[in-house]
Amino acid sequence: MNIDQKRRIESVAALTLSTLAALAGMFWLVFILGDVLVRGIGALTPSLFLNDPTPPGVTGGGLRNAFIGQLMIIGSATLIGVPIGILGGTFLAEYARGTRAARAISILADIMVSVPAIVVGTFVYAVMVKPVGHFNGWAGAAALAVIMIPVVLRTTEDMLSLVPWTLREAAFALGAPYYKVIIQVVYRGAATGILTGILLSIARVAGEAAPLLFTSFNNSFLSTDMRGPIASLTTTIFQYAMGPYEEWHIQAWGASFVITVFILLITIVGRLIIKWRYK
Amino acid sequence: MPIIDKKNPVDFAFSLITALASSLVVMLVIGILIVLIEESSLAISRFGVINFLKSTDWNPVKESFGAATTIFGTVVTTVLSLAIAVPVAIGIAIFVTEISPNFLKGPIGIAIELLAAIPSIIYGMWGLFTLAPIMSKYIEPALQKSIGFLPVVGMLFKGTPMGIDMLTASVILSIMIIPFTASISRDAFNLTPAVVKESAYAIGATKWEVVKNVVLPYSKLAVFGGVTLSLGRALGETMAVAFVLGNNHQITASLLDAAATITVSLANEFTEADTDLYLSSLFYLALILFIMSFVVLAIAKIFLLKAERRYSR
Repeated sequence: MNIDQKRRIESVAALTLSTLAALAGMFWLVFILGDVLVRGIGALTPSLFLNDPTPPGVTGGGLRNAFIGQLMIIGSATLIGVPIGILGGTFLAEYARGTRAARAISILADIMVSVPAIVVGTFVYAVMVKPVGHFNGWAGAAALAVIMIPVVLRTTEDMLSLVPWTLREAAFALGAPYYKVIIQVVYRGAATGILTGILLSIARVAGEAAPLLFTSFNNSFLSTDMRGPIASLTTTIFQYAMGPYEEWHIQAWGASFVITVFILLITIVGRLIIKWRYK
Repeated sequence: MPIIDKKNPVDFAFSLITALASSLVVMLVIGILIVLIEESSLAISRFGVINFLKSTDWNPVKESFGAATTIFGTVVTTVLSLAIAVPVAIGIAIFVTEISPNFLKGPIGIAIELLAAIPSIIYGMWGLFTLAPIMSKYIEPALQKSIGFLPVVGMLFKGTPMGIDMLTASVILSIMIIPFTASISRDAFNLTPAVVKESAYAIGATKWEVVKNVVLPYSKLAVFGGVTLSLGRALGETMAVAFVLGNNHQITASLLDAAATITVSLANEFTEADTDLYLSSLFYLALILFIMSFVVLAIAKIFLLKAERRYSR
């Protein structure tokens, strides 16, 4: 076999392997998504959404408490995390643009994006649960907000940086103070980008279970009191899937279906907005 | 460069508010570090640093705690999952950038992003109900039969295949980090200037030779940064492994044994810790994990920044 043939065979072999790798990736996606969709759709009954959990063995139980709790926790986390993230990103991209401090904070935020969520949970436990003496919904919301802030901050910074500097100069020339320029010109120019960042950050925290395990904990009853333990879908999935009862497993699949579809929809909408606006 | 107009009170106030919001990130990092150190001070004074890292004890009844078993579990599952994920992820990136016809590039990119968006708890649950039975029925017995008799490698596959073990956990973890590593590698490969690749083709290089000798060397900094970033993510992943690892504090040679990682012990034991020392030891584990992942992520960031600087030249 001459060297040319050898090279050609080597090339074909390597390229076949990478094609197989791509197929493997697609295989996992189809396998996991398919499994969650097929097993989950059977569990979607009206009682899953309308009823509270019943003791094991009693049929007709649902996860109404977890759906409501999840919405409350995610909603509160968004209300806390998004304004702080946007304001922080504004400082980095506007007032502190180009400074060393801005660069350092930006890098730190990038690292914070990937810091283990469960560590954030232990931190919030020490700060917001231990002093109070009991688990509470606000602690769960705060833990998710801590995860959201760096995400929103970084996307806001990037999106504001995309707004041309000359646009600001035009507003300055009309005599506008900087804060007016930011709010009325820069935010407007970057609105869709910031909105996408918010959507993706919600998608990021909506599936988090680790930071909620010892902050908002869980609750088998319907509770809307954020000062006490509150149920969430993700911790319920963890509890039900690890539990011994078949009905629990079915409900866990149903909850997984809802959460997966919700997150994938948000992600797709976010990507579509980016595509439509920036390409 | 904008200057804050101190004479305009509203502008000054707005700049202060934004500065405060962004400094919150710094305060959070420092705050997490201080709080974790403070909370684990009881365990630190009781067990010290080196002793805690070395001790394989994890006995809540005797109140004797050490981190060696959980660090072992964390490192083994992370390294094994990277060993599975990185070649596949780079393969995917090569396929998307060099092989695939244009009409496939979009769908595959979307598929990778969707895979990355699926929450880790779904991976964990799928692993428990779908992957673990497959592993224990088919894959693990097959591994034992085919390479289990080898002298050294065989040690890795001893024991009863239960499916709840380090191997299953690593496989799930690898599926989780593949999309992440793949998308960073793809972006890095795309940075290679077409002219450089074309000149390699012009002197008769095959496609693989172009990838191996032009694209990979050109993008290695960014790829390495991406892999390190995935490592940092895998270290701190909780829910994907919590279902299938068994939370058994032990150091074993066999990948078919249950084990514990720092994250899994925290998830399972934190709310059950009934004594101050127990809770403090768990905080100590959290502190170790925080420092480990922070250092790894910082290294990843340095590589990515270096890569960025090189390509923007």
